[in-house]
Amino acid sequence: MTETNVSDAEVDRPRVPAPTITKPPRAARRLRRGSPVARWTLRLIAVGYVLGLVALPVGTVVQRTFAGGLHPVLESLQNPDLLAAARLGLIVSVISVLINTVFGVGAAVLLVRYRFPGRGLLNAVIDLPVSISPVVVGIALILVYGENGWFGPTLTKLNIQIIFATPAIVMATVIVALPLVVREVIPVLEEVGTEQDQAAQSLGANAVQRFLRITLPTIKWALAYGVVLSLARSLGEFGAVRVVSGSVPGVSETPTLFVNDNYQQFGPKAEQAAFTMAFALMLISVLFIVVIALLRPKEQNQ
Amino acid sequence: MSLQEPITAPPPPRRRPRSVASGRLTSASGLGLGVGVLWLSLIVLLPIAAIVVTSFQDGLSTFWTSVSTSEALATLRLTVGAALLVTLLNAIFGTLIAWVLVRDQFFGKRVIEVIIDIPFALPTIVAGLVLISLYGPQGPFGVNLVGTREGVFLALLFVTLPFVVRSVQPVLIEMEQDVEEAAASLGASGFTIFRRIILPTIAPAILAGAALSFARALGEFGSVILISANLIGKTEVSSAYLLKLIESDDPVGAAGVATLLLIVAVVVLVVLDSLQKLTARRD
Repeated sequence: MTETNVSDAEVDRPRVPAPTITKPPRAARRLRRGSPVARWTLRLIAVGYVLGLVALPVGTVVQRTFAGGLHPVLESLQNPDLLAAARLGLIVSVISVLINTVFGVGAAVLLVRYRFPGRGLLNAVIDLPVSISPVVVGIALILVYGENGWFGPTLTKLNIQIIFATPAIVMATVIVALPLVVREVIPVLEEVGTEQDQAAQSLGANAVQRFLRITLPTIKWALAYGVVLSLARSLGEFGAVRVVSGSVPGVSETPTLFVNDNYQQFGPKAEQAAFTMAFALMLISVLFIVVIALLRPKEQNQ
Repeated sequence: MSLQEPITAPPPPRRRPRSVASGRLTSASGLGLGVGVLWLSLIVLLPIAAIVVTSFQDGLSTFWTSVSTSEALATLRLTVGAALLVTLLNAIFGTLIAWVLVRDQFFGKRVIEVIIDIPFALPTIVAGLVLISLYGPQGPFGVNLVGTREGVFLALLFVTLPFVVRSVQPVLIEMEQDVEEAAASLGASGFTIFRRIILPTIAPAILAGAALSFARALGEFGSVILISANLIGKTEVSSAYLLKLIESDDPVGAAGVATLLLIVAVVVLVVLDSLQKLTARRD
């Protein structure tokens, strides 16, 4: 490793003094290892900061969840509202992820392979949701689809309820996770170019065949990564959903809303339920991180 | 390895597709584009337009009244101020953590890598619960930060931790160390090497991470509301104020404050983006 670097230096930088070429100088070796004091100081600050800010609080939640042993946890798992919230969370996440996957792959293909007016704008709009407060997203939806919103009268006439019902929860969730799949797939599509696609086309493959047999296998790891990210984001969304759902226990309460509502109730049972659900969400989050860590290297090997 | 938000920085060099047959839309892709744009309009463009239009629908003076009430001003001061401070701290500590993770080897480094991603993966309300159980009335250390600005600040630091770390890390990994070795061999001190060689290279990444963390802190809601207790004029952040407005049936006021937040976000993001371009060019 060091030797290659040295020979690189020889080629690129002829002005480097002779000793660096034959043998790494002491200063350079010191740099590689760093002075022990500085190294330990930096290490302690970094580790201390991360542990203090994240690990310690997370550990406290685990401790609080199981403070009364396993029994209260199991008992709160029987709570019908908790189960309803979990079911709603699952349904909303799956629908949102499906929508965002289809939209994401389509948008990525369009953005990478085609030139059309407004392409830059489209690219920018997709990123917009990550720079906006989730609460603003929720309010924006109310202003358009709410009872007094732009489409409100029409929707009332058609007897379609969007706000304070599952459609609005899905829409809010879709918006906050909008760029995740697109941004994972685009770099991969840019990397591979279109030669294979064109070769297949010249051999008579139609668009569907080309997509299924060439594009999809190419982007599968990036897509999988984007899907996991979207799933994590969808399951965890709180602010936007809080504004548009109405949060009726057992009906329109998602897992995150359940945590909030039960914690705010200040009863020991409700509090235990909040901690149990929070612990479950935390476990799922850590699982997602692990899955993502496993997906990453595969994608890079390709 | 890392759980990154969609836009990581610096963006990869955008390569034009090598030889798309023409790059022009076919009828099928045209249809796809149409459907995509329609969908995007329904869920993003129209709602955002609705916010801006609604905030001005009763005239400019109504907009001014809604954003200049003392409560609105207090939430904006707190939110923008805290977001700036958090961003600054993240730029410093994020860079330091990224440095240690890339250049240092020690037992348990992989665990730290996983822990750094937790704030991204954790639902924000769970993050709020996490913080209130440590710094709340029943916290193990007897420190009660509920209803204090320190609590708000801590929640923002928690959720924005990964941004700078994850944008600086890949740049540090890519960096060739032989320039640093050459500088060291010529007698440059560690600090000089950092300031003259390393910092210029990673500055665009730091700024990109900072921009993301500012945008996030500005709009943060879930992790803050439990620990802040929403004390008017003290710990109420803008998102919580927005929710209160829309729930008390004041859509025009809510749209006004939301528009102002959008403007602040755009201004700061544009400033950081041009700084990023500036440093990238100098490098």
